[in-house]
Amino acid sequence: MSATASPGLAPGHDPYHLGGSRDGRGDSAATGRGAGGPAPKRIVVAYGFWIFILSDIVMFAAFFAAYGVLVGGTADGPKPQELFDLTHVALETGLLLLSSFTCGVATLALTARRMALFQAMMAVTFVLGAGFLALELKEFADLIARGAEPSRSAFLSSFFTLVGCHGLHVGIGLLWLLTMMAQVLTKGFRDDILRRTACFALFWHALDIVWVGVFSVVYLLGVIA
Amino acid sequence: MLGKLTLDAIPLSQPIPLIAAAVVGLVLLGVIAWTVIAGHFPYLWREWITSVDHKRIGVMYCILALVMLIRGFSDAILMRSHMLFAYKAPGYLPPEHYDQIFSAHGVVMIFFGAMPFMIGLMNFAVPLQLGVRDVAFPTLNSVSFWLTASGALLVNVSLVVGEFARTGWWPAPPLSEATYSPGVGVDYYIWAIQISGIGTLLSGVNLVTTILKVRAPGMSYLRMPMFCWTALASNLLIVAAFPILTATLAMLALDRYLGFHFFTDSQGGNSMMFMNLFWAWGHPEVYILALPAYGVFSEVISTFSGKPLFAYRSMVMATMAIFILSFMVWLHHFFTMGPGGDVNGVFAITSMIIAVPTGVKIFDWLFTMYGGRIRFHTSMLWSLGFMLTFVVGGATGVLLAIPPADFVLHNSMFLVAHFHNVMVSAVLFGAFAGYAYWFPKAFGFRLDEWWGKVAFWFGISGFVVVFGAFYILGLLGMTRRMQHYDVADWRPWILIAGFGVVLMLVGVVAQVVQLVVSIRRRESLRDETGDPWDGRALEWATASPPPVFNFAAMPQVHGEEAYWTIKAAAREQLSLRNEPDYAPIEMPINNPTGVVCAFFATLIGFAMIWHIWWLAVLGFLGAFATFVVFAWRDKAEYEIPASEVQRINRANRTTRLEALQGVGRRRAA
Ligand code: HEM
Ligand SMILES: [Cu+2]
Repeated sequence: MSATASPGLAPGHDPYHLGGSRDGRGDSAATGRGAGGPAPKRIVVAYGFWIFILSDIVMFAAFFAAYGVLVGGTADGPKPQELFDLTHVALETGLLLLSSFTCGVATLALTARRMALFQAMMAVTFVLGAGFLALELKEFADLIARGAEPSRSAFLSSFFTLVGCHGLHVGIGLLWLLTMMAQVLTKGFRDDILRRTACFALFWHALDIVWVGVFSVVYLLGVIA
Repeated sequence: MLGKLTLDAIPLSQPIPLIAAAVVGLVLLGVIAWTVIAGHFPYLWREWITSVDHKRIGVMYCILALVMLIRGFSDAILMRSHMLFAYKAPGYLPPEHYDQIFSAHGVVMIFFGAMPFMIGLMNFAVPLQLGVRDVAFPTLNSVSFWLTASGALLVNVSLVVGEFARTGWWPAPPLSEATYSPGVGVDYYIWAIQISGIGTLLSGVNLVTTILKVRAPGMSYLRMPMFCWTALASNLLIVAAFPILTATLAMLALDRYLGFHFFTDSQGGNSMMFMNLFWAWGHPEVYILALPAYGVFSEVISTFSGKPLFAYRSMVMATMAIFILSFMVWLHHFFTMGPGGDVNGVFAITSMIIAVPTGVKIFDWLFTMYGGRIRFHTSMLWSLGFMLTFVVGGATGVLLAIPPADFVLHNSMFLVAHFHNVMVSAVLFGAFAGYAYWFPKAFGFRLDEWWGKVAFWFGISGFVVVFGAFYILGLLGMTRRMQHYDVADWRPWILIAGFGVVLMLVGVVAQVVQLVVSIRRRESLRDETGDPWDGRALEWATASPPPVFNFAAMPQVHGEEAYWTIKAAAREQLSLRNEPDYAPIEMPINNPTGVVCAFFATLIGFAMIWHIWWLAVLGFLGAFATFVVFAWRDKAEYEIPASEVQRINRANRTTRLEALQGVGRRRAA
């Protein structure tokens, strides 16, 4: 129960409140933070999806850790320096970063309620993402053809898993992207669809962030070592 | 066509699991047949199976947990009775079967007994305590529950079709690799835990979002009931820890299915990495389970002592300290694997530090009781039993955290005693306390006290006898997971442990009888007002059982113990708060997305276990189709008219007013 109010303070004043707030009542007026009541749905959905993305990043962290532990476990097989082709990877990176940009433009188009621009930008995002995935699959196929398959060594197991897990996410993202295009097309700019598109955009950008990690830790460090 | 699945998968040579499974299967079929024939199925489908109401989902979680606890307990009976016959003899369970039983016991108890119970209680109580209508994502909640149920189903299918893992509840490589465990047992483990793990993760995301973003006006962080705080910490741990488990089991699956070399110890693989990754999830997991139980005890002790929780803020700090520390101690599970003295020393110290915030909690509970008018309700008894026995478990934990001692005691019966001591007294007692405490809120009538007390006294004495004996067996040098033994010194203690299990069995039976008796006598056990225990948090401010929308108008919170403040004012003025202005309420429509998803998930799991690739592909297509159908729906909510809200709320106000006038009359007399 709140302490007895001292003179001059509003009733219900809570002197032990951490951080305090401007009205001195011990509760923030922001929605979702106390006095304001539940946050609006748009915030709740995006916030929840952020938490999910954080959990996804924890999963990637586990795969990164495994890669870090096993990168030296080449079992007399191919080493990172012998395998990675930086131009190829640079191309992949370019496609993915560009797709994040077009995805951002698509979000802006959505906010501006411009259907044609939204669909066009999403389509471009799809093409770029699919291009990224195709390049990645080609890299995998080349490696396997050269005998550097995942069962060759622990290093290759962890490499294929980490990079493949990111690729899998991109693949799922592409499927999701298509359903978002279809949803906006058939249902229009409905609130729930806008919220979902926002989640999709978060997801897509998060994959970029993970890729930056993959690019630096796997490819760059691999070539330098 | 059917992958590895042939008729040989049915263990006709092993009568015990077959008979057990046949009984379970018959009972299940009987129940299903009865509901269909008696015409209850449409009701069950509409109101429960497809429900997105957090209260119903919470209840279903708890029912799943109760059933699985009984399954796990029957495994325990098998093991303990086997040990009675295994002195200088092979016992009655062959080793390959015994190994499956102790593995299944651990898995069932932790993942499908303890976890769903805690998640169920959080699901049920947290939105009510926060004064809101539902969790942040109601349909996702249903998906989470059904995925958990799907995992539980797969584990139980392994009784009849194929086999279960023989690796223990943590499938340590290289034993769990395809070379040493070629059967489907480990695959059952992997897919059951992956599927239910996704459910758990989603429910963690859901509850974190709910607690951080969906609270009644005025419910600032430091006004939340303690249970909400511990639920927050526990669910943050789920979000941060479960993905590690998912990744680890994915690596193990890749090793087994595609010949990868994560943990094989050949071609550069490293089985120690499994231990690190697994326990980086595993230690937080024990606090995922224990923290909500601490929250239950806080609610129960404060309510039945008739006092606010002592030093609420220190309790919040202790909870969050445990939340952080629980990520810093995982290495104490393998001191003996040679990390070296310095590393062991660091993790020994971090492990011991956890005892500090835990001690703070114990003192806070003690001081909450001090000077209070204690009512010895069953849930209070479980809480007191917890405090007495848990300190012993904590102390032996600190003992095990001393590396030199652990070199002697690691993987002995002493360790087994330690973790049962803490898991049973915190998690199970917490679950039973919460069950007795919130049962009237969920169903509108109280549980029978006499049978509850029988369950408590037999439960706790059996528990002390069994695990007391285990501690001594450990000190006498007995290691865990032995299938037979010929050391005469151990014999008496094993007999005593066997006797303890009988006591626990009486407790379990009493728990079941309590439920049956209470249902039959429900009229005399009715909770008319919605506040049977003179409670302090907002869940007691609404009717029992609460209407779908929980609160006719969202409560305004002024200070800690939101409901107590309201109630104190009402008692003073002998009148209820003013009636709110009734407005129509929008609630989410029930939908079968959850069960349908879980159906396809079960297909995928089963197909992957048996290498039936086409079925797995079909399952994935089905899951995607479900997602699309869900995304395309046009109406997600329905409206409850203001007049209906008013009718429901007035009924509860009437009984509350009567109770209040009773107080007035007593005061006048
Ligand atoms: C002060 C608190 C605690 C400390 C210092 C502590 C310490 C330890 C140590 C050192 C071990 C490993 C022993 C070995 O393998 O040789 C262990 C195992 C374990 N502890 Fe605790 N513990 C504490 C509290 C808890 C709590 C609260 C729970 C659960 C609610 C718990 C559950 C477990 C489990 C499940 C295992 C072992 C699982 C296995 O090996 O199968 N502990 N603990
Ligand atoms: Cu631990």
